[in-house]
Amino acid sequence: MSKTIRTAFVLALAAMPAMAQVAAEHPGATTGSEGGMPQLAFGNPWTIAQVVWMLIIFGLLYYVMARYALPQVEGVLEARRQRIEGDLESAQVAKQQADAALAELQAATAKARTEAQSAIAEATQQAQAEATARGEALNARLAAQIEAAEKRIDASRIAALGALRQVASDTAEAVVGRLIGPADRGMVERAVDRELAARGRA
Amino acid sequence: MAAEGKAIDALSQFELAPFLGALGESVRFSQSNAHMLLAIGLITGLMVWGMRHRAVVPGRLQALAESGYEFVHDMVSAQVGEEGKRYFPFVFSLFMFILFGNLLGMLPYAFTFTSHIAVTFALAALVFVVVTIVALAIHGTHFFSYFFPEGAPKLLAPVIIPIEIISYLSRPLSLSVRLFANMVAGHVMLKVFATFVVLLGGLGVIGPFVAVLPLALNIALVGFELLVAFLQAYVFAILTSIYLHDAVHLH
Repeated sequence: MSKTIRTAFVLALAAMPAMAQVAAEHPGATTGSEGGMPQLAFGNPWTIAQVVWMLIIFGLLYYVMARYALPQVEGVLEARRQRIEGDLESAQVAKQQADAALAELQAATAKARTEAQSAIAEATQQAQAEATARGEALNARLAAQIEAAEKRIDASRIAALGALRQVASDTAEAVVGRLIGPADRGMVERAVDRELAARGRA
Repeated sequence: MAAEGKAIDALSQFELAPFLGALGESVRFSQSNAHMLLAIGLITGLMVWGMRHRAVVPGRLQALAESGYEFVHDMVSAQVGEEGKRYFPFVFSLFMFILFGNLLGMLPYAFTFTSHIAVTFALAALVFVVVTIVALAIHGTHFFSYFFPEGAPKLLAPVIIPIEIISYLSRPLSLSVRLFANMVAGHVMLKVFATFVVLLGGLGVIGPFVAVLPLALNIALVGFELLVAFLQAYVFAILTSIYLHDAVHLH
């Protein structure tokens, strides 16, 4: 812009001498043919008529602009503004939905993890309890079997001991009978009992 | 034409002539009025035909119409405020009417109706009347307090009040003379330098070479005049907005 103005100034300065020459050759040329500006001829009826027509034409322009053209433009601009706002709003809603879905997903993951952990812990506990219970039951059964076996052993030993006294008595009676003739059964048994007691096996 | 008489006739371009011969003569419809009609036709075409698609993504013409709308709309709402919406069509019509008048005048053989003081004064007087009516309608008799600023010393009233009244009454004058003088000066300069081109071109062998200088100057002037055409329309519209602001808010 400033370049254009500078160029114009330079050209104007350069053209000055030639223009002065022309102006000198045509004296009074710049004042116009009939003298005075046509715009200032207020006596000319055309000047007034021009203004009257202008008021009519400008009124027409104002009417068309105010009534039809400008409301239409405003409508278009308003529609665009609303559309942009609506799009922004729906984008925001979509973002919120996405955020909510993400949060839900994270919550579900966390919940699933805790559930899994608690299930694992529970299963472990249950298995341990079961194992303990089974072990206890086995122990109890073994203990019972051991007890029964001991009882049986005791009974067998007692029976065996009873049989031993019988066998000892019979043997002693037979030995005594062979050596010194028929012996008294009662004396033999007492002697066996005494001997068994002396060995601590009664 | 001007060069034929060996005289620089820079003012005959402003003379009014009947449009379409006898028809224009009978109703005193001049070529100036024909250009006004063309101007409002172009404005209406731009604003109605240009917006016909009502597109969300505007095309070129619609973008032009919309930017014109928003340019004036922003100006009015910045100067007058929210209440200015009611006066927007008026300011918009003024701006477009003057802008198209100025720009049409730049075309060859066209007439510049804004170069007539009667036209610009009528527009300025219209603004003056509208502004005064708006002020009276909003503020009633309180409007007259506009001529005596609040808080000014009472002693100065005899000085301040006449000054304020004169400055208020001189608004249409300054508004109309500014536009008229700018357009006349520009077109006279264009005509004078164009005449120089013709006159110097006839000065023998070196004539055409010398004639290039005023021609180049005229080219620069055309660019400058396009700027002035827009600027003066803008100045007219923004001063109207400022006067409307005063009318609505009283200082």
